[in-house]
Amino acid sequence: MADTTAQQTHDPVELDRVIIRFAGDSGDGMQLTGDRFTSASALFGNDLVTLPEFPAEIRAPAGTLAGVSAFQVHISDHEITTPGDAPNVLVAMNPAALRAELHRLETGGTLVVNTDAFDDRNLTKAGYRSNPVTDGSLDRYTVYEVPMTTLTKKAVTDLGVKPRDAERSKNFFALGLVSWMYTRPEAPTVAWIESKFANRPLVRDANLAAFKAGHAFGETAELFDHPYEVKPAVLPAGTYTNITGNTALAWGLVAAGQLSGLPIFLGSYPITPASDILHELSRHKGFGIRTLQAEDEIAGIGAALGAAFGGHLGVTTTSGPGVALKSETMGLAVSLELPLIIIDVQRGGPSTGLPTKTEASDLLQAMYGRHGESPIPIVAASSPAHCFEVAIEAARIALTYRTPVMLLSDGYLANGSEPWRLPDVADLPDISVDFATEANHADVDGNPEFWPYLRDPDTLARPWAVPGTPGLEHRIGGLEKEDGSGNISYDPANHERMVQVRADKVAGIADSIPLLGVDGDPDDAELLVLGWGSTWGAIDGAVDRCRARGHKVARAHLTHLNPFPRNLGDVLRRYPRVLIPEMNLGQLVKLVRAEYLVDARSVTKVRGVPFTSGELEAAMLKELGDQ
Amino acid sequence: MTEAVATVAVAPPTTRKDWSSDQEVRWCPGCGDYSILAAVQTLMPDLGVARERTVFVSGIGCAARFPYYMDSYGMHSIHGRAPAIATGLAMAREDLDVWVVTGDGDALSIGGNHLIHALRRNVNLTILLFNNQIYGLTKGQYSPTSELGKVTKSTPFGSLDQPFNPVSLALGAEATFVARTHDMDRQHMMETFRRAHAHRGAAFVEVYQNCNVFNDGAFAGITAKANREHMLISLAHGEPICFGPDGEKGVVLDGQGRARIVDVAEVGIGNIVVHDETRAEPGLAFMLSRLSTGPSEPTPIGVFRAVSRPDYGTETTRQLVAAQGNRPADLTDLLRSRPTWTV
Ligand code: SF4
Repeated sequence: MADTTAQQTHDPVELDRVIIRFAGDSGDGMQLTGDRFTSASALFGNDLVTLPEFPAEIRAPAGTLAGVSAFQVHISDHEITTPGDAPNVLVAMNPAALRAELHRLETGGTLVVNTDAFDDRNLTKAGYRSNPVTDGSLDRYTVYEVPMTTLTKKAVTDLGVKPRDAERSKNFFALGLVSWMYTRPEAPTVAWIESKFANRPLVRDANLAAFKAGHAFGETAELFDHPYEVKPAVLPAGTYTNITGNTALAWGLVAAGQLSGLPIFLGSYPITPASDILHELSRHKGFGIRTLQAEDEIAGIGAALGAAFGGHLGVTTTSGPGVALKSETMGLAVSLELPLIIIDVQRGGPSTGLPTKTEASDLLQAMYGRHGESPIPIVAASSPAHCFEVAIEAARIALTYRTPVMLLSDGYLANGSEPWRLPDVADLPDISVDFATEANHADVDGNPEFWPYLRDPDTLARPWAVPGTPGLEHRIGGLEKEDGSGNISYDPANHERMVQVRADKVAGIADSIPLLGVDGDPDDAELLVLGWGSTWGAIDGAVDRCRARGHKVARAHLTHLNPFPRNLGDVLRRYPRVLIPEMNLGQLVKLVRAEYLVDARSVTKVRGVPFTSGELEAAMLKELGDQ
Repeated sequence: MTEAVATVAVAPPTTRKDWSSDQEVRWCPGCGDYSILAAVQTLMPDLGVARERTVFVSGIGCAARFPYYMDSYGMHSIHGRAPAIATGLAMAREDLDVWVVTGDGDALSIGGNHLIHALRRNVNLTILLFNNQIYGLTKGQYSPTSELGKVTKSTPFGSLDQPFNPVSLALGAEATFVARTHDMDRQHMMETFRRAHAHRGAAFVEVYQNCNVFNDGAFAGITAKANREHMLISLAHGEPICFGPDGEKGVVLDGQGRARIVDVAEVGIGNIVVHDETRAEPGLAFMLSRLSTGPSEPTPIGVFRAVSRPDYGTETTRQLVAAQGNRPADLTDLLRSRPTWTV
């Protein structure tokens, strides 16, 4: 029972934003904890961005640095675009988590440690010679020492839970405590636990008890002066949901199927970090979606292409290594001129690289990674919610131009989440297509016949005649085809014409895409920052900070990477300096320099985590000569 | 979700000419592929199927040119991938007859993975594997069905590779229909293809095919007219497995898990194995497939196995229909299916 004095002490103090990082062993359930905290915050109305980070191993040895899994969430009462630079709060469930993550915490930041885990064995495993909690090395931080394991066990023993199992609920204790610290409503988490563990009553009750114990501990222990509160953000009116990039991509594909009137066919092979798209689409058979978990990457795209020949909207999802395997079939799709969507959720490379870490180093692979002159349009998503729109755009291009399209996402967008204002379905674009139903040519005797490569003069797209259409029987293949008739042709002049026409077709897509918009100081900015992909949020924050320091900085972000918007050259030439941040060693910068002969500069990062706005601010200030 | 094209019930009659495209056939003169093409083109009108509902999909190799010569829908794809591409097409469009034409290199080397998975999934495909035991299109290297010791351009000292037995492989891959025929007997080919086409699910047919340029006469020892009676063991469901001019040779199971050839007179007809292509266990079919180690020994032809198992497309559709229930799914509902809040 709280008395009046305690009530006063516990009045929340308002913050405009906070960055919290949950860190623990892979087995500690930190992703779940972060995810639940995020959901409660989303429903509460905060703007937010998340950054989950986990090891490639499913269960690295317990207590080791390699096994640390972390989840960062940035919540605010205003619009934000990044998961935040340095966390204000770090929850460390064991010594390894503290050691691996402490360097990220802001100086003077808040540290919540599970002291029960700081025994000699765990300290040694994490490489500590003395206990940092007691040896004074954490003096620069506000440290809350909480014996979470003990308190969790105490809370659940009466339920009859075995002591070994009792410990498993300690992440819910941590969630309860942090929920109290930041005045999160309890109801959504309680409801979630109740439904998630409905079939396992003992686990359900233990998790509920641990969650409530954590909450009560915050309220009654004399440890904390007061909780904090981050008020709901003032966002544009609408209905919101919190969504990850992979879910948004899957839903975008569902929408593309509905908007085109074509059944979706997904051929895919499991690969991190793309598998969740396969999982999500496999659930939506109610939309007539067929999914095939193929025997390999090549079969995944092959089956999708086969379905495309049959009049479905074929899709394949993968990550960089899978794209490498699919490239021969992508070349076939270029030659067949059939619609196909290839989704690359990029990760650290080369080879197996860093499977669970983000990178955006497949741009040149998407652009050039096939033999022969094999142009493929490329679109890239810039935030988790943007994945929805980009999936529809990829479908629009594929269907209108009868071409394979590469869609680039990355590990950060795939697993990260943000609030998304749900679109009105009636406002989504119509991307319906007409199949060919009639002959389009006459033979020498004047008899009607069907020429599969007789093109639409505007789009240069060829007719899509699907099997089942009487009179339009035809054969297509990977051998060079005669312009028009589509018969095999080894004629040199014809080959040159066909190579050119395929290039022209893809270049012509630029007529259907919006001009590149530039934000801020269009005429006299000193610096243009040009981005693509998931760097959008960090660039946004960094440009704001440079402007706050009095600099004139313009920013532009590309969704279409092949072809570029028609005005990109003009935009680039308008500014004395151009800076291109990329999560690779400078791939867009090469394309831009080659295409427009501008002296664009590069700032790069390949450390498996996104840029922070602070890093980009520093790069921009350097470019501006303001150190 | 509606299918791209509505189904039609009855196809108007066709002739062999209707099934021949206007493309000039470009195999080497004398190639066994010509007789296989003739058998298929002759058979098609008999099957009563519509040209627009028929699709031939191939990979790369001499055999892979096949779709260009059929006046149906067709795709000449890339090396080894035809079963994967055809899997997508057959799953997407249950109303189509999808044929895969492949060769020993295409199906068993570069595309081996796709073949075995199409078979185990029981995708509704009719797969014709033209086995000539050589790489023809790349001009004469040994293939995964070439005999041990084979001297070719890439094995000047003889091949060291144990060859695949395509029928054994298909049986091991859980195929529901497995058969063998050869390019010297049009009637046998047509009968075998007809059975394969009628089978719902993945039907696999190995066709011994003579490559007269790079491996001439590879099968002559068993398929030449003069040798057939002695060397081909024609399998017939429900009949004792006998061969020879007077049916004097027969097949017994020797208790060691092996099939063996014996003189019928010695063991008595009652001890000769009666062929049963419908056995759930593939053991008998497998033993028969091991009777000969190559086309120099008496070799079974005909249908080894024909069992019924739900095909992949039908099962896929069943799940879709069940999920759709009475009402098609709604996009607005989907977008609101996770927790939402309103500003
Ligand atoms: S190389 Fe052999 S298989 Fe190929 S077309 Fe010539 S004869 Fe036929």
